[in-house]
Amino acid sequence: MTPPQKPDLIVIGAGPAGLAAASQAAGHGAKVMLLDEQSAPGGQIYRNILSASAQQDTILGSDYTAGRPLAADIDTKSIDCRPNATVWKVGTDGAVTFNQNGVAQQVYGSHILLATGALERPIPLPGWTLPGVMTAGAAQILLKTSGLVARDAVLAGSGPLLYLIAAQMIAAGRPPKAMIETQTSGQFYGAMSHIGGAFPCWKQLLKGLKLIAKIRKAGVARYKGASNIEILGIKRAEAISFTVKGRTHRIDTDTVLLHQGVVPNTQITRSLGLKHRWDEKQRCFHPITDAFGQSSSKNISIAGDGAGILGAKVAEYSGRIAASNALALLDIITSTTRDKETRALRRSRRKEAAIRPFLDALYAPPPEILRPKGKTIVCRCEEVTADDIRSYVALGCKGPNQTKAFGRSGMGPCQGRYCGATVTEILAEETGIHPEQIGSYRIRAPLKPVTLGELASLAAVSEKEITS
Amino acid sequence: MFDPIVPNTDPNAQVHFTFDGESIYTAPNTSVAAALLAAGHTWFRQMPVSGRQRGPFCMMGTCFDCLVEIDGITVQACVTTVTEGLNVTRVPQMHLQEGKFK
Repeated sequence: MTPPQKPDLIVIGAGPAGLAAASQAAGHGAKVMLLDEQSAPGGQIYRNILSASAQQDTILGSDYTAGRPLAADIDTKSIDCRPNATVWKVGTDGAVTFNQNGVAQQVYGSHILLATGALERPIPLPGWTLPGVMTAGAAQILLKTSGLVARDAVLAGSGPLLYLIAAQMIAAGRPPKAMIETQTSGQFYGAMSHIGGAFPCWKQLLKGLKLIAKIRKAGVARYKGASNIEILGIKRAEAISFTVKGRTHRIDTDTVLLHQGVVPNTQITRSLGLKHRWDEKQRCFHPITDAFGQSSSKNISIAGDGAGILGAKVAEYSGRIAASNALALLDIITSTTRDKETRALRRSRRKEAAIRPFLDALYAPPPEILRPKGKTIVCRCEEVTADDIRSYVALGCKGPNQTKAFGRSGMGPCQGRYCGATVTEILAEETGIHPEQIGSYRIRAPLKPVTLGELASLAAVSEKEITS
Repeated sequence: MFDPIVPNTDPNAQVHFTFDGESIYTAPNTSVAAALLAAGHTWFRQMPVSGRQRGPFCMMGTCFDCLVEIDGITVQACVTTVTEGLNVTRVPQMHLQEGKFK
């Protein structure tokens, strides 16, 4: 058996950052392997982009269809594309282990480029685990992949995505029943101090205003400065209640779509033990990278929202920049070529990212959602409440990892993806220690569940290699 | 509840599968989670701790609230594509009786 050729670059994630990176590297003749968990390229932002219908295109709009050339370009290049590949272990030695169609495989790359994107920030509020409550992103994925649209849904939270989804629901003929928005007028005035810096992104600002105008025109009820949001129901969501200016409202609905922005998906970067930093504005950890996307490990780069939330366009630029840098490190291109071909990209990235301080200030998540109290579930998988986590501190719990021993927080199948940030925040509040020092859960492989059969298939491959 | 933007009425463009014995027809290349939501199912699994019901939350393979059983293996319904004749069931909870912790 001839051993498969070792890829120069393994790209994990086929969203805007991963697609751009793979394309950039393959363009220079590098051997590229592109792994993605979904059946088709695009990531979450451009999900199903190569198969979406004309009607879906119209509903989802130009920011969605903008991803089509990027995804289509992959087929024109010589790239070893691996769809339906779930990566569950990455090593600093360049080994990437993944499952594909029920078989586990391990490949070694000279350089690993992580483009694992973002996931929705946890939205721990009473009732958020009830059936019928989803992330706003989940509803958008249903629209992109299956042409399904939520009927009489209530959108709650804050962030630009909330308006985009509302506008898409209106275009699909199913406007949301109401929008419950947590941002306050204080946040609005605070954000205005960043509006000058956001000027290079005036087109995006204008787009946002147009979305809001569209929502207004459709007559969708908007409640701003909402607090005490609670989803009511016994076996499933039945209603949502909240307070605005001291008055409590209640809206009947069986579908609630929550959103409080997105945070980097750091499962792989954490499992690798790479250096991370707490972002005070975005209230989350992100891996530390240099201007070229290189992490604290020489052979590992990170591009896109996985390195810090800056959006799809920035992800695309960052993917190309990181790929170019990786090839320079591998001596496939010279550092002069790298500097030359990334100069304009870095400029575009800076311009595109200029809107972030404004957006981060305007849509900052409220403290009651960042640091919930009472019986609100924090760890969805093991049903550990905010009170539980707080009580562990009084018992001597020193950090996120110890909450596992105290009450199984973060030990369910999601492996802390939807409670990690909240546990860090709560422990920081209870102990008075900065989140940076509190740290986060230690993440270990397997990053996704692996069956014994899949593990055994890995052993069979190794045996064959040994005996051949 | 979720509605299709274009109702799929063409029987030649449908895939058939079962969920806890119930027959469901869906468009090709649909995830099990999307097909079940479209068929009006809201809860997919029971929590091992409390027995409470859960349905899909993230639709992108990260929350694990859409776990179902296919051929004896627990899988995420949102990252599993429906194929003809697929037999999907809710994961049996041996220690739970009528949804309550025993």
